[in-house]
Amino acid sequence: MTILVIAEHDNKALAPATLNTVAAAAKIGGDIHVLVAGQGVGAVAEAAAKIAGVAKVLSADNAAYAHQLPENVAPLVTELGNGYSHILAAATSNGKNILPRVAAALDVDQISEIISVESADTFKRPIYAGNAIATVQSNAAVKVITVRATGFDPVAAEGGSAAVEAVGAAHDAGISSFVNEELAKSDRPELTAAKIVVSGGRGMQNGDNFKHLYALADKLGAAVGASRAAVDAGFVPNDMQVGQTGKIVAPQLYIAVGISGAIQHLAGMKDSKVIVAINKDEEAPIFQVADYGLVADLFEAIPELEKLV
Amino acid sequence: MKALVSVKRVADYNVKVRPKADGSGVELANVKMSMNPFDEIAMEEAVRLKERGAVTEVVVVSCGPSQCQETLRVALAMGADRAILVETSVELQPLAVAKLLHAVVSREAPQLIILGKQAIDDDSNQTGQMLAALAGLSQATFASNVSITQDKLQVTREVDGGLETLLLTLPAVVTTDLRLNEPRYATLPNIMKAKKKPLEIVTPEVLNVDVTSRLKTLRVAAPANRSAGIKVPDVRTLLEKLTETNVL
Repeated sequence: MTILVIAEHDNKALAPATLNTVAAAAKIGGDIHVLVAGQGVGAVAEAAAKIAGVAKVLSADNAAYAHQLPENVAPLVTELGNGYSHILAAATSNGKNILPRVAAALDVDQISEIISVESADTFKRPIYAGNAIATVQSNAAVKVITVRATGFDPVAAEGGSAAVEAVGAAHDAGISSFVNEELAKSDRPELTAAKIVVSGGRGMQNGDNFKHLYALADKLGAAVGASRAAVDAGFVPNDMQVGQTGKIVAPQLYIAVGISGAIQHLAGMKDSKVIVAINKDEEAPIFQVADYGLVADLFEAIPELEKLV
Repeated sequence: MKALVSVKRVADYNVKVRPKADGSGVELANVKMSMNPFDEIAMEEAVRLKERGAVTEVVVVSCGPSQCQETLRVALAMGADRAILVETSVELQPLAVAKLLHAVVSREAPQLIILGKQAIDDDSNQTGQMLAALAGLSQATFASNVSITQDKLQVTREVDGGLETLLLTLPAVVTTDLRLNEPRYATLPNIMKAKKKPLEIVTPEVLNVDVTSRLKTLRVAAPANRSAGIKVPDVRTLLEKLTETNVL
């Protein structure tokens, strides 16, 4: 068995989710190859070669892959992937965008967001916003899978010494092009990888009040998340949303502030090690999953907490 | 131009579903079913494009049991012109749905195909991408803004770090994110009118599509239970507890 892992990167640096995906591949067992497709990805390929347990790195360096357009990247993965037993990618927006295209081209079902590997052909994945866990078995020749990063502890980023092999194949479908991007800039840790996450909901009342959470987060070295209510109300940008339709996080500590705890939000954070809820409504559903609950006005509790830590 | 929208009938998003005792699936008997929320957004976007004059006809399609007719009637009441039901009692995986939709797309030749980004029951997030691959079309997933200019489609997508804008050659496949629009409610007069709109029923056999899957669900179980912890009286106690558990 040989497994192909699609590296997650921004052409400059390898994203941490790749390490979790390699960890899932290691659980399946077999040789692990990593594909780095992009433009000017020399440094990313070198970083991928150092990942513990990686046997070979395939580097596809071409302008057509610069923005991870699925029309171009998916045919590359399909072409390379035919000889592999498994093709894995992180369940990031890129992985979710590209991999189903690969699966359809290979005429196999895709298995989305696995949280555990039972055997080489059997996997567990959450359904119904995490309210049920399905165990699925695939007898397809190539198993195409996206991996929920929070389900697997990352492998070491150093220690490997895989050979980097250039892949010449260039696919440019010419039916889509990149126009621009607006990425949110932040000095705080990345939401999905942070050890501590402080999240705000509708109870924050406005965007300006999020400064209280930022101040607390900076003291804790935490990332700041949000519920859908806070995003839809325009308090914060959508890339901060935690939940079924946003990001899935599983930090050591999750502090939910002014968040009621709808099913869709819980889907994104209920695997956190310790959950703290701060809410003035003692009936809020979030208290049913919180390890520590504080019924209080967040505008008093958050500044006080910030002062004390 | 013609737009095709795909809708799915799922357990209502407010329902807390429970796995069946025998692990064969989740309990759906007597559970309220609705149109998948992302598909409502897809429907709304198609109707808005029609109202803006960019689209001339909106065709809505659903794959599944005969009860999906209710979901299609809702879409017709929202503003779709006609509906197609691909009727089957087989439990469909996204690949099978993509193949069925591909057959419908080949027949209808729409310029724009809009789907929800994921169904809230299987949470797969695959069908739109698979359809685009099978039909050899461009795709824009997780769309939060869509505009049509002549033969091009400009789409802003929600990606992990923020937003990304792409330009696609039509025909194209778009999957909707929650922030694309706010779906309208179907009014009673429109619900009445929708009853008279055409609804065609076809089968996978008629479309010549094999819907069998190599994926098998062995069991469905409840997730590890997380029970309520303790309530603390003040911030100072909270901090003490967090220090004790070593998470700070």
